[in-house]
Amino acid sequence: MSNNNYNEISKNGLWNNNVALVQLLGLCPLLAVTGTVVNGLGLGLATLLTLVLSNAVVSVIRHWVRPEIRVPVFVMIIASVVTTIELAMNAWLYELYTVLGIFIPLIVTNCGILARAEAFASKNSLIPSVIDGLMMGLGFSLVLVTLGAIREILGYGTLFSNAHLMFGEIARNWTWVFVEDYSGFLLAILPPGAFIGMGLIIALKNVIDKRNKKKQTLSATQATTTSEVTV
Amino acid sequence: MNNKRYILVSGLILGLFAILGTALVGITHQATIEKIADNERLALLRKLNQILPSDKYDNDLLHTTISIEADNRLGQKKKSTLYIAKQQNKISAMIFSVIAPKGYSGEIKMLVGINIDGTLAGVRIVSHKETPGLGDAMETEKSDWVFGFNGKSLHAPAEKDWKVKRDGGVFDQFTGATITPRAVVQAVHLCLVYFDRHKKQLVDQFNKQIRQSSPDNNLTEPAK
Repeated sequence: MSNNNYNEISKNGLWNNNVALVQLLGLCPLLAVTGTVVNGLGLGLATLLTLVLSNAVVSVIRHWVRPEIRVPVFVMIIASVVTTIELAMNAWLYELYTVLGIFIPLIVTNCGILARAEAFASKNSLIPSVIDGLMMGLGFSLVLVTLGAIREILGYGTLFSNAHLMFGEIARNWTWVFVEDYSGFLLAILPPGAFIGMGLIIALKNVIDKRNKKKQTLSATQATTTSEVTV
Repeated sequence: MNNKRYILVSGLILGLFAILGTALVGITHQATIEKIADNERLALLRKLNQILPSDKYDNDLLHTTISIEADNRLGQKKKSTLYIAKQQNKISAMIFSVIAPKGYSGEIKMLVGINIDGTLAGVRIVSHKETPGLGDAMETEKSDWVFGFNGKSLHAPAEKDWKVKRDGGVFDQFTGATITPRAVVQAVHLCLVYFDRHKKQLVDQFNKQIRQSSPDNNLTEPAK
């Protein structure tokens, strides 16, 4: 595998084939927990870890597992990994675990993870699969954090509130307050706010993609014209 | 023949992964079980201590409990745990697990602490599904509302005033949310009624339990 290939994998995971923005997978937890940045980050990291571990295991065993029993085996692997992470969070990040609640075990049902196992890890060797899991997970986490930030700023007027749930007592005063005595913007906190925010992020990505494409075609045509001139 | 072998091997592989997966979960479970139990105990104790600061009792609050029968006034459909606080071997307060069934979106679970003299030691919300930004003002992180219960009792304010202001009572409602505080006020009131009617019975049950576990133990009298 060349470096080029890893670049491609990273680009796919973070942008071109982003789990949340392009594949539109795992939207249920994404929309449900992104009330604040810290919640988003918590679920994002748990999902990232699941993706890396499940991709790693699936790629290692890919030659042993017959195609007929592929999917049940993948599901079992993902379920065990998620349960392990859930127990670990319950033990060492108890408060965050109680906040995220049901959405940690529900990572099992995030189709994004099965999709990566099936579409990538079952066809590639260990290292590319791990990188794919990492990048897909990062891409997903970025969207969770961005959406969490938008909703937290609009809804509560703060950023990084409850950081101590994740980083311990030192993080208790990491909260940035943008507006003192902010009365709150309910829509942003409720589910409709999540849908609207998500829609805006997808739209923004599409706009950026379109711009880039235009630039590319523009420079391509310029390149051809200059080459014509030199000819 | 070949086909049978193929199915068998597939089945065995599937079984192998089931065993490996279960083993992984089992090992993690064993490794974390104590830590998780500790966490839950600590979280509960923190909640209880908010109602009853640790200088208000000198017993092992988490383990001084009796199980009380389901009762509509507590909103409980199953047996619930009653925590009993003692000071110098006298019962000083009881903490009830109460469910307010009529929240805006479902049940509101709370802890209600009642001093033995019938005044409220404190009320805390354990879990709820009320609207964020409106109904959640009953959480201590969001507003001081629940502290308004401290020191109230069945007769102060009078029975007819145990309502939110909109219904002619003395308790504030929240801006934009009346149903949530109404449900909480009603549940706290019913819990006080339950305590009033059953206080003696609860003390007796507790004493009986102590006598059974250690016959020599002195009886615990409620503080006068």
